[in-house]
Amino acid sequence: MIAAILRWLDERLHLDDLIAPFRHKTVPVHRLTYWYFFGGITLFLFGVQVITGILLLLYYNAGANEAFESVQYIMTKVRYGWLIRSIHSWSANLMILTAFAHMFSVLFLKAYRKPRELTWVSGMLLLFLVMGFGFSGYLLPWNTLAFFATKVGTAMVGQVPIVGQPMMIFLRGGPQVTGATLIRFFGFHVAVLPGLVVVLISIHLFLVQRLGMSVPPKIEAEWVENPSARREMKFFPNFLLREMMAWYVAIGVLGALAAIFPWNLGVKADPFGSAPAGIKPEWYFLFMYQTLKVIPSKVWFVDGEVLGIVGCGLAGLLWLLLPFFDSEPPSRPKRWITGLAIFALMYVAGMSAYGFLAK
Amino acid sequence: MSGEQNTPPGSTRRRAIEYFLGGGILATFASFLYPVLRYVVPPPVADLGVNEVVAGKVGDLKPNSGAIFRFGSSPGLLILTSDGTYQALSATCTHLGCTVQYRGDLRQVWCPCHNGIYGIDGRNISGPPPKPLTAYDVHLRGDEIVVTHKREA
Repeated sequence: MIAAILRWLDERLHLDDLIAPFRHKTVPVHRLTYWYFFGGITLFLFGVQVITGILLLLYYNAGANEAFESVQYIMTKVRYGWLIRSIHSWSANLMILTAFAHMFSVLFLKAYRKPRELTWVSGMLLLFLVMGFGFSGYLLPWNTLAFFATKVGTAMVGQVPIVGQPMMIFLRGGPQVTGATLIRFFGFHVAVLPGLVVVLISIHLFLVQRLGMSVPPKIEAEWVENPSARREMKFFPNFLLREMMAWYVAIGVLGALAAIFPWNLGVKADPFGSAPAGIKPEWYFLFMYQTLKVIPSKVWFVDGEVLGIVGCGLAGLLWLLLPFFDSEPPSRPKRWITGLAIFALMYVAGMSAYGFLAK
Repeated sequence: MSGEQNTPPGSTRRRAIEYFLGGGILATFASFLYPVLRYVVPPPVADLGVNEVVAGKVGDLKPNSGAIFRFGSSPGLLILTSDGTYQALSATCTHLGCTVQYRGDLRQVWCPCHNGIYGIDGRNISGPPPKPLTAYDVHLRGDEIVVTHKREA
């Protein structure tokens, strides 16, 4: 039956030609192959976000007077609403985690070098967008923590010299964080960012498909020395089935986290209340937050805040363009980039831990 | 399918594995689908228990006019007839659910969607409405006009 439908379609659309490249695609098999899974898991979690996000839209109400109550309604009245929202929140956090893991694995396996510079750039832009999803989505329940996190986060944008103030006003929809900000963030979260992400994912996947999988230089060298050690598996179905098993595990982790640790809602935001003690951003912004905290308020004659924000911006830009600083294969990758990558990983992990533990 | 005798040894085991795998995946999807299906059906609205509302104050309405009031989660129509008696009806047209209005010029209740006409007592007179509008009890409490569901006899 299904075979007959496929044949009918194939006769008319020649789908085989479209699938053909996937049949030829292979994945190198070596001791680090498991790192290739993280991009796929991130994509899968993005799919979970799309589905649960659409479901949340059935009941969510943007607006300073309705948002908190509508999420409360989802959590308490709608059947399995708590589950859908918890999965959306947990999947968001896991997606950021796997995206970071994917980024660092690409960095350490040197998969960003020629000819894959643009794959890296599109991936970094996706990482920024995913963080934008996190930042905008965090405000939507309109609770106290989210309200002040948004206040601080947008104020940081306002510190950027020259363009900061107009950008902050644009993000907030006015000089203050109000219901107008909530409506804007809602629009970014459900329309602007998804559109951009879909375009970038398409480009990213096209490039991955076009360029094939990268083999880490060390393993490539081993294979050149000993050609009989070279192994690959077919992407379809061998690698895809393994990838799907990883997705299945991800689903299990997600379901368990959502059921055992349902995401709580907190207290409704009061724009005229004072900020609660111990307020912190989401964990994936902690390293930046903590960096800004440890910079003294005046460094020489420059404002510490401004220095930190401009520094973070420049670091982000450097990261985005990192492939263009490295050498082209087959020459050895530059040592300092590996050093910088290790430093970055330690810095992000260390500052996050510091930020988590600091009072 | 061809040649059951030629089945290689172990293919029953393979098939059993396939059933387990397929069944497991199906069960997984069912376990996703069930909460989602329950989720998309909105929970019942809570304010169904309303049995009595204050539809207005004496003197709000001119004789031979009507006004819409909220009766729980649905609209009601309060009419002050030209002879000075109050009448309350459900304002939801029995045809396709539009909200009806009182027409002083016709001295009848009119649904603008498909030109349905009801009498002041709610009886369906002409046009598409298949059933009369539900009539409610009206009584005065001080200067408040109180509307209640008709007691079942």
